[in-house]
Amino acid sequence: MHIGQPTPRKEARSKVTGQARYVDDLAFPGMLHGVTVRSPSPRGLIRDIRYEPGIPWDELTVVTAADIPGANVVALIADDQPCLADDRVNHAEEPVVLLAHRDRSLLEEARRRVTIEIEPLPPVYTIDEALAATTVIWGEDNIFKTYLVSHGDVESASAGADAVVEGEYETDAQEQLYIEPNGMLAVARREDGVTVWGSMQCPYYIHRALLRLFGLPAERIRVVQMETGGGFGGKEEYPSIIAGHAALLSWKSGRPVKIVYDRAEDMVATTKRHPSRTRHRTAVTKDGRLVAMDIDFVIDGGAYCTLSPVVLSRGTIHATGPYYCPNVRVRGTAVATNVPPHGAFRGFGAPQSIFALERHLDRVAHAIGIAPDELRRKNFIQTGQTSAVGQVMREPMDMPALLDRALALSDYHAKRVRFDAANASAKMKKGIGFAAFMHGAGFTGSGEDHLASVVTVEATPEGRVRVLSSCTEIGQGTITVFSQIAADALGIDVDAIEVVQPDTAVVPDSGPTVASRTCMVVGKLVESAAMGLRATLESGAGGISDFPAACRNHIQQFGALRASSQYRPTAGVRWDDERYQGDAYGTYAWAVYVAEVTFDTTTFEVSLDDFVAVQEVGRVINPVLATGQIEGGVAQGIGWTLFERVVWREGRMANAQMTNYIMPTSMDLPPIRVFFEERPYAEGPGGAKGIGELPMDGAAPAIANAVSYAAGVNVSHIPITPESLMALMEIPVA
Amino acid sequence: MSRLLDALRTDLHLTGVKEGCGEGECGACSIMLDGRLVNSCLIPLIHADRAAIVTSEGVAQGERLHAVQQAFITHGGAQCGICTPGMVLAAVSLLERQPHPSEAEIRTALAGNLCRCTGYMRIFEAVLDACRHTPNESA
Repeated sequence: MHIGQPTPRKEARSKVTGQARYVDDLAFPGMLHGVTVRSPSPRGLIRDIRYEPGIPWDELTVVTAADIPGANVVALIADDQPCLADDRVNHAEEPVVLLAHRDRSLLEEARRRVTIEIEPLPPVYTIDEALAATTVIWGEDNIFKTYLVSHGDVESASAGADAVVEGEYETDAQEQLYIEPNGMLAVARREDGVTVWGSMQCPYYIHRALLRLFGLPAERIRVVQMETGGGFGGKEEYPSIIAGHAALLSWKSGRPVKIVYDRAEDMVATTKRHPSRTRHRTAVTKDGRLVAMDIDFVIDGGAYCTLSPVVLSRGTIHATGPYYCPNVRVRGTAVATNVPPHGAFRGFGAPQSIFALERHLDRVAHAIGIAPDELRRKNFIQTGQTSAVGQVMREPMDMPALLDRALALSDYHAKRVRFDAANASAKMKKGIGFAAFMHGAGFTGSGEDHLASVVTVEATPEGRVRVLSSCTEIGQGTITVFSQIAADALGIDVDAIEVVQPDTAVVPDSGPTVASRTCMVVGKLVESAAMGLRATLESGAGGISDFPAACRNHIQQFGALRASSQYRPTAGVRWDDERYQGDAYGTYAWAVYVAEVTFDTTTFEVSLDDFVAVQEVGRVINPVLATGQIEGGVAQGIGWTLFERVVWREGRMANAQMTNYIMPTSMDLPPIRVFFEERPYAEGPGGAKGIGELPMDGAAPAIANAVSYAAGVNVSHIPITPESLMALMEIPVA
Repeated sequence: MSRLLDALRTDLHLTGVKEGCGEGECGACSIMLDGRLVNSCLIPLIHADRAAIVTSEGVAQGERLHAVQQAFITHGGAQCGICTPGMVLAAVSLLERQPHPSEAEIRTALAGNLCRCTGYMRIFEAVLDACRHTPNESA
């Protein structure tokens, strides 16, 4: 058996020896480099584009919107975003002109000598300005999407409650900061079609975008994933733009063209986590039973729709957390502003709404004078209860046990007593806080039904098995985990499995590598395709005891030995898109995280002393990889909470450098102690659930609760900087 | 002015040297220059004249991996892999100076190499494990 074992990462050897090939490691003969000239202004009409003297312009390839052979659109949900701005710009750094040349230093000089003259229009920068709609920048009202979840009667229930607690919570944008910047290399010719190689999560998203951009038949577009140096959502939708740009330059120049962003360009131009504002109004009984939850959740989508409706949906559904409440209203709204579009980022809306909820519940507990853990215990949703969107929770779950274990491992209760006693007179005040949460795995609602993903496995005459899927290895362990799953399904060694490099000319569409779906949803397809292949061999004359011989005989007799599996909805799992009701996810991962902090009352700095992460994620397929996923997600959550601050100036990121946008270093993190409860999920491969995004959800509220406790203030906004805490310390405790 | 990074990557095809930021913050372009760990994006090519350089490609002895590389594989020290060559060199450089470092010394030695995937915990574990497989030179 390989499932459950710490099988070493299969491509690790190439990574530790520097042999792994990323897009910037590719160079083709005659290749040109490409750069993007971007809007200097947040909003306005393009009046003129001037190519200033001093540059041999005839040596450069210059591409504008007029050169696009097909539709000038980045195909995704709303088709509102142009690949190159034509008559107007809607955010600073919007791509307008593309340049290519073999000499990179000349290109940099040329980029500075293109003047884009813009007649300014009034911009909108904040959620409030967008909602006011005094200036309309998108559609009729600046609103990309709204959802309303309504269950019971919030008004009358609140009127009769013992207490009603209100609160408002905000989260800022977060930069992705994968260490490999975005990049694409394209060869595009009228005669052959378009091929791109690059750093990406979703080859078929790019494939669809290039189809529209070039208006070519599907078989003449080919997308190949190179080794990808981190994704986190940041390489979900944006790579479609860069692929389009590189391909347009190649189409016009007749040469291979590579575009690799430098760090500043990647930070200033590509997608970040959606900023959010959440308002809570919660009615409770005096002994701590939730009576009504009224939640208003707003995210800032930036200038174009991109994936905001889907991000909003996940955030809206997760806004009520792992609790049962008879009366619930959640309003979700995604608004437009004139900043570069925000996009997919690990957690996808859930970290924002869970931060608000878990911070708010600590305040509810405080308001009615009960312990934070007691309030949670009284309200955890249980098997058989119905969620706010009408999902009857069928799976076994045990949040109280997870909470007990997390609090015991962190010595929570004893520390509260100790800290209470010591903090009053201490200059260095200690705090401990936790967050309880869940994360739905796979696409929200009917998403997986629409994707109808496919995986193929094929055997070679030597008895090796190739797994063909469009799911990408971006560091999370796709190759290793798929190999473990296929090996067990076939009863062969993990080294006999090869997971094929995603290439749309070779692999079927297994959907995007997002939404904690790769292992659970696509891994299940790997398992069932491998079982199909096994069944074929078992029905043969010689059986399967000698696997290579069985493959060889089958192929000699019948030709290719392949099996495919396509996603089919799980029986009894239903989602109604129209009513926004039903089984939002096939299953959830459940967790309780605890953070311990020290707050320095002289410098207002917060340091983390300990972090405990307890989660139930179904069966753990690979304990080393799974632990690494959780630790990495927690570290990103810690960065979002304490260090990472995007400074906006006129709709543009002003600190687009690693020097002054600070992510956690090896010196900044506490021990991150990871514990799994394993409760096999019947529909997952080997019993596994998705885990990739879960760890992003818990750090922010756990830390904010610990800091609020230590400092005696209501931390309602992240990032929590020394400056923000200094300001808060001057406000009386709420 | 040419950077040492570009000469290594473009002219010598040593693409194990990665560019993550170009401003000396991330450490993905770490190399050993005359025995010292440096960010090759900050070194003008001319400063490397006659220098002895080791990149991640030169850490293994042929097919035999360095103890640090092997430990990174076993303990999950590499995820997406883009910081890994620089991180491996930083760890190798530490163990050359201090064969049996404490966790605090490991944290300090790796502070110039940023990793967005792992949260560093698997990397600390890998380096600690590599020490156990490195002969104690001071003994």
